[in-house]
Amino acid sequence: MKHLTRRTILAAVPAAIALGVPFVSARAKDYGPGVTDKEIKLGNTGPYSGPASSYSPVPKSQVAYWKMINDQGGINGRMINFISYDDAYTPPKTVEIVRKLVEEDQVLLVASPLGTPTNSAIWHYMNEKKVPQMFVATGATKWDDPKGHPWTIGWQPNYQSEGRIYATYILKNKPDGKVGVLYQNDDFGKDYLKGVKDGLGDKASMVIVETSYETTDPTVDSQVVDMKAKGVDVFVNTAIPKFAAQAIRKAADIQWKPLHILSSIGNSVGATLKPAGLEYAKDLVSDFYLKDATDPKWKDDAGFKEWSAFMDKYIPDGDKTDAGYVAGSSLAATLAQVLKQCGDDLTRENVMKQAASLKDFTVPMLLPGIKANTSPTDFAPIKQVQMAKFDGQRWNLFGDLITGAVG
Amino acid sequence: MTTTIPKDDVAVAPAVPAERAVRVRLGPRHLIIAGFVVAAFVVPLLSSSFVTFQLTEVLIYGLAILGLNLLTGFNGQFSLGHSAFYGIGAYTAAILIHNYEVSYLWTLPAAGALCFVIGFLFGLPALRLQNLYLALATFALATAMPQILKFHALEGWTGGVQGLVVDQPEAPGFVPISDDQWLYYFTLIVMLVMFLCAEFLIHSRTGRAIMAIRDNPIAAAAMGINNSLYKTLTFGVSALYTGVAGALGALAIGFVAPDSFTIFLSISLLVGLVIGGVGSIPGCLFGGLFVLYVPNIANALSTGLAGAIYGVILLLVIFVMPAGAAGFVRIVVARISRWRQTSPEES
Repeated sequence: MKHLTRRTILAAVPAAIALGVPFVSARAKDYGPGVTDKEIKLGNTGPYSGPASSYSPVPKSQVAYWKMINDQGGINGRMINFISYDDAYTPPKTVEIVRKLVEEDQVLLVASPLGTPTNSAIWHYMNEKKVPQMFVATGATKWDDPKGHPWTIGWQPNYQSEGRIYATYILKNKPDGKVGVLYQNDDFGKDYLKGVKDGLGDKASMVIVETSYETTDPTVDSQVVDMKAKGVDVFVNTAIPKFAAQAIRKAADIQWKPLHILSSIGNSVGATLKPAGLEYAKDLVSDFYLKDATDPKWKDDAGFKEWSAFMDKYIPDGDKTDAGYVAGSSLAATLAQVLKQCGDDLTRENVMKQAASLKDFTVPMLLPGIKANTSPTDFAPIKQVQMAKFDGQRWNLFGDLITGAVG
Repeated sequence: MTTTIPKDDVAVAPAVPAERAVRVRLGPRHLIIAGFVVAAFVVPLLSSSFVTFQLTEVLIYGLAILGLNLLTGFNGQFSLGHSAFYGIGAYTAAILIHNYEVSYLWTLPAAGALCFVIGFLFGLPALRLQNLYLALATFALATAMPQILKFHALEGWTGGVQGLVVDQPEAPGFVPISDDQWLYYFTLIVMLVMFLCAEFLIHSRTGRAIMAIRDNPIAAAAMGINNSLYKTLTFGVSALYTGVAGALGALAIGFVAPDSFTIFLSISLLVGLVIGGVGSIPGCLFGGLFVLYVPNIANALSTGLAGAIYGVILLLVIFVMPAGAAGFVRIVVARISRWRQTSPEES
């Protein structure tokens, strides 16, 4: 009898496998490239070297974040194999590396490549190959284009919508103001300018000075002096930290006190306001979507604590005041949510489908109340910001969350 | 004695120098090059499309390095500005394709011609500058280029900071190969033609004049060589080569942006030049291999320390091959032939 039983069992095993395998795959266990029962392979590029290497915390913190996810057991039981390469912020290198990721490494998707020129270089390739270009780490407006480029999705509030939010604020608080805009002579600067003008609508003639700088300029003093001379009383300062600080200092030196709006690019206390002099930065207005890690008011906040613990364990030598670590880990957290939603259907199609169906998702370092939402016609996950005023020590958020979607 | 000479010896006699000439033409150098050319044609049939794409880039960098080599290696003029010529070539191709829908075939002569003119004109003031000062002047060209490409007035053509998307060449219907392979073979043929032209140029009267200026400008002038003319012409030809490489680069990448053509590109080309071998034409391809693959290798070993590892590899290569890859091959070939000469005597 014992003999017979063993035989029956032995015979039953292949039968069960034969019956079971099609049954399992019918339960939508569908894998795209780079996915197995144990692993999901993701690709990433970032500026570890080269002119934009100051942004390297963004890819670094993503690597660390996936390490933490793996230590916690992965996503739906699968470990994340996150392959991150240096593209030195040069578009040809990005093309080469992304082709390597897609064709050689066979990754499921390319996660958060950093930079506008670098993402532009792979934009067509990704969409032609139908590989998700997920949550790009750039605020250019063009990434929200579900019809033309259904395999590319943005993440942060884009610069144009920020510009519109400033316009709304100006119309409400200084409807007869004379506006001067200082912007960087490149895509992100021009996006801000366009947003401000579009937001002012038929009152766009309020903008009486549009002046730009190059990143290689020594100072922006002459631009600031020029604005005062022309009678500007609303100063929209969309410069990067170095120049934003110079402009704040120069305005104070020549005793010019316009309504001074500082863009989110340059509103870091450590990088901009301290060098400019905190006392000169009083009454500046700006907008935020991520928590400012230098602000002590978050020290008991659950999200900040979670992020801080992550930093202590996985990036112990990382500078917590560097906003790149906040952005990188938040990007990775959003992607983790998408992969969780995918379940066992880990095809590239489903990844895009899930990325386009985020519902009120939030990550620890987003401001309270700000949620990522997407739909098949909306590829701009984060659209809300909150205005804040500087009191000489720290930013104080005020007013409601403002949505400034630009499609 | 004279009567003993057979009649057919008269017929054989002229054949002897001809035979010798053939033997001279087929030296080990030429066998190696022929082997490489055959391999270059076969490899893409056996490799993945990604490797084919990488090899296309190697050929393009090799061509750009050859442009620099003509100037630096053969004429002794330094340049840190070749990223600018590469960029001008790339933008010429991109603008012609993007704005005027010109066939990609015509972008190469256009890029070459434009770069020749710009190179020649830049060569005129450069005549007054020697060595380090010339390096600085060309450095200025390289740092200016990304800014010029972003300039407002040119934005209608260059697309400003956003760059331009370039429609990539597709394989014609009658050849059963992929687009990547097509672009590779197209690049390979352009490269071979241009390498041959460079070879002919260097071994001509003009080439000897160019090298004479490098070796001793005063002696060259005393021999009746017009130093100014040859130096500016070399500058033009050098820019032409690099410009054509730039145009091919735009086709291969499918996108141009000002950030692609910074001073770092110039330095990469200079590194490739030294690694490949200063004053060696085939060595430029070694340089191209180094420029493309070594940063990848460094990155694969450690992302965080990629720069340091790149530096260590660079030092090791310079230490092992002080005369570049071409010099290294020469030494190896010389050792082997010496060994083959000595070993029969010993036995």
